Amino acid sequence: MTVTESPFAGGIVGQARLRKEDPALLTGEARYIDDLQLTGALWVACVRSPHAHARITGIDTSEALATDGVVAVYTGEDLAAAWAAPLPCAWPVTDDMKNPAHHPVAQGKANYAGDIVAVVVATSRYAAADGLEGVVVDYEPLDAVVTIEDAESDRVVIHDDCGTNISYDWALVPDPDAVDAAFADAAHHITETYVHQRLIPAPMEPRGVAAVPAPHNGDITLYSSTQIPHVLKVMAALTLGLPEQKVRVVAPSVGGGFGCKLDVYAEEIICMALALRHGVAVRWTEGRTEAATATIQGRAQRQTIELAADADGKLLAVRATLLADMGAYLQLVTPGVPLLGAFLYHGLYDVPAYAFTCRSVFTNLTPTDAYRGAGRPEATYAIERAMDTLGVAVGVGPDEIRSRNFIPTEKFPYDSPAGLTFDSGNYQPTLDRAKELVDWDGRRAEQADRRAAGSRTHLGLGISSYVEMCGLAPSRTLAALNYGAGGWESATVRILPTCKVEVVTGTTPHGQGHETCWSMIVADRLGVDPDDVEVLHSDTAITPLGMDTYGSRSLAVGGTALWMATEKVVDKARTIAAHMLEASESDLDFAGGTFSVKGSPDKEVPLAAVAFGAFTAHDLPDDVEPNLEAQVTWDPGNFVFPFGTHIAVVEVDEDTGAVELVDYAAVDDCGNQINPLIVEGQIHGGIVQGVAQALWEDAAYDEDGQCRAANLADYLVPSAAELPAMKLDHTVTPSNSNPMGVKGIGEAGTIAATPAVINAVVDALRPMGITDIAMPASPMRVRRAIEATQGGAS
Amino acid sequence: MEVSVTVNGAERVADVEARTLLVHLLRDELGLTGTNIGCDTSSCGACTVLVDGRSAKSCTLLAAQVDGSDVTTIEGLAGADGLHPMQQAFHECHALQCGYCTPGMVMAAVSLLDEYGDLDEAGVREGLEGNLCRCTGYQNIVKAVLAAAE
Repeated sequence: MTVTESPFAGGIVGQARLRKEDPALLTGEARYIDDLQLTGALWVACVRSPHAHARITGIDTSEALATDGVVAVYTGEDLAAAWAAPLPCAWPVTDDMKNPAHHPVAQGKANYAGDIVAVVVATSRYAAADGLEGVVVDYEPLDAVVTIEDAESDRVVIHDDCGTNISYDWALVPDPDAVDAAFADAAHHITETYVHQRLIPAPMEPRGVAAVPAPHNGDITLYSSTQIPHVLKVMAALTLGLPEQKVRVVAPSVGGGFGCKLDVYAEEIICMALALRHGVAVRWTEGRTEAATATIQGRAQRQTIELAADADGKLLAVRATLLADMGAYLQLVTPGVPLLGAFLYHGLYDVPAYAFTCRSVFTNLTPTDAYRGAGRPEATYAIERAMDTLGVAVGVGPDEIRSRNFIPTEKFPYDSPAGLTFDSGNYQPTLDRAKELVDWDGRRAEQADRRAAGSRTHLGLGISSYVEMCGLAPSRTLAALNYGAGGWESATVRILPTCKVEVVTGTTPHGQGHETCWSMIVADRLGVDPDDVEVLHSDTAITPLGMDTYGSRSLAVGGTALWMATEKVVDKARTIAAHMLEASESDLDFAGGTFSVKGSPDKEVPLAAVAFGAFTAHDLPDDVEPNLEAQVTWDPGNFVFPFGTHIAVVEVDEDTGAVELVDYAAVDDCGNQINPLIVEGQIHGGIVQGVAQALWEDAAYDEDGQCRAANLADYLVPSAAELPAMKLDHTVTPSNSNPMGVKGIGEAGTIAATPAVINAVVDALRPMGITDIAMPASPMRVRRAIEATQGGAS
Repeated sequence: MEVSVTVNGAERVADVEARTLLVHLLRDELGLTGTNIGCDTSSCGACTVLVDGRSAKSCTLLAAQVDGSDVTTIEGLAGADGLHPMQQAFHECHALQCGYCTPGMVMAAVSLLDEYGDLDEAGVREGLEGNLCRCTGYQNIVKAVLAAAE
């Protein structure tokens, strides 16, 4: 709907092109981890602690060892010598951060229900499961720490080697005096506290691992349902003390990740260690109930947000304070998740003063880590919920309070109070368009009519405007945040002798459609058919350089590397073409797959001829190497900042407390779009995950640290029946952080949706005096909130 | 025990443990790995196949229970002339992302249309309630099933 400044001229980028990934996935031809046929492989099953916190006083493996098909049983002590280092945490956010030793198999003590205390190795998956029954573990249960408040008190210290449950304190307060002064002068001082429940990422494919050794030459190949084969290769080598060049990691088809496969897991390291020990392939496939506690969980934090505003509701300062639940151990980027939100608690509003502090604590629960959005949904929730409260205090609607505070379009690039530079933005049109899509004025009238008529089915409208930082990440920024790696990405473009093209990318798709989109980017520039471009990925032997897929980075960083590699290969082809045409390089145009001499359109040579000439190398210019291939590793200079506005419309049944989502509009801006079909798909799925946090999903634990929603019958991943059709539109405000003008879109829906829905629920109930509702807004919680306002017992 | 099943038109005989699930018979004994396993509570529907023409969650059936039955898996859906209309509709509507739920979702959708024929959006949403997808938000799945119904 907005004017596009497109750097693309080939007519392919921007098309809603169908995916080349689909035929294999639609026919069962795709191979996920458990589909790999490995004759003679041994199967691993994990004995997991049923207690959240317990000393292991004895393990009797004799019965298990006598079970048909069981080959071996190992305890933590048996395998202690197999680990060169504990499982890795790559993000020591402070120099004095507490990071307890996290062994793949627990030694002496289990620290959450699900912690591995022994492993059974057997000849089949059924035999391995049988073996589990025969492992008798004696536990001495200890008091479990299951809330962050209890954790902070150090009533029970979980890790002796840490001496406290507090992992770290981290602060981002550029100008404390300015913040204090703003609050001192504020006409409005809003203070709100919100809790983000624990969430289970629940990709439809649980995790799985197969480690295949070559004992005599020392190679080992790790197949894993992972988002991060490249990172995993380095980490597996370090954790097991293996020479890195002997480790190959392959991610086969991966059935979704959402952040939970952005990790280095015990089972990966265990299977590798046992494959080396037994000299044969060793594999493990996670069960869904097992996954509920064995795979990382997301969110889990309490946030207090304060807004200072003048009498008109213009923001003067934002102050956010977190208490975040790390779970029992620090996984790969666990401590960094709050930091990914730390810069965004002022949302997309122009705020002069800013303060963020975070304390992170250990509990006896499953470790947390990145889950779709990772820090940014939490930040957006806090500011977007609080903005509604501010609007009420000022006496203006949720739309008006936002409009008054949006960063003005003319202020971009915008130097944020948290120290970032927002690349581009134009926020008001997304709000205006989203209001049109839900018929905001009509719905407001309907809401008033229902209230006047005394209807017990209340209508609520909720706005969420968001900006996020993604395209992780400039390596220097990561260094400033103590992250243990860089944020670059790599791509190679190889034009084959027949003018077909191979792209080698360091991104690792697991549903995002990189094969389709990367083909389009290259084909658009080279003038070839996208079907003539093959995208190779997710195997460290084929694509040795990469930083993988997470944090909505693949297009903004990996796509940019690809764009630049394509330019580089065109430059080389131009040199050869100029030689063939006996013309100067600067006199050549390249379009539609043909080099032509400016002003002499009959003097031309097709890319195919150049490619074949580069291959035969019979007549290349001096100093030009044979073949047409170019590789680029690109380190972004800045993040990208997608934005938009989502509006949810809900009906709340006063008698049952049931919330129904009846309409939903999303207007997003991710800059230039490569393939709008893919963009919309990402938004659809993202929204539903965000809605699910607001209304249904809750990895609730009881007081003993037992997950009460440890399977898909109890953990309420929504089905099609719970959802309305979503209305999508977009604006286009190109980024200046990369040459394609693109931003990420993988997490935007999830970031935006949760506060939109809760704002709508609260909007419906506000006349009753309800100003907040805890997530998920289940019928029981809604009813209790209503009863509380009526003075009734809960 | 010996189990005899017609799978995608071919008679298959396998010697399996009595406790073997149908999905493991298909995947581990017959090599038909298109049918995926997404849960252990019959909640997600990733393992949906057709048993005697009706959709069934193959993680909830013992192989022994389908002895003598006719089973169709995702591998049996596409013909020599290309994708089944439901597969084609999923492709054209971008109704899949990671693809893991897709075989089960497609089989459930084929069965749904076969059983109820003319369905509106609400009918499709209700009819696919037993199949979970984490990627698509269902929007394009519903669109695809409605397109295939026409």
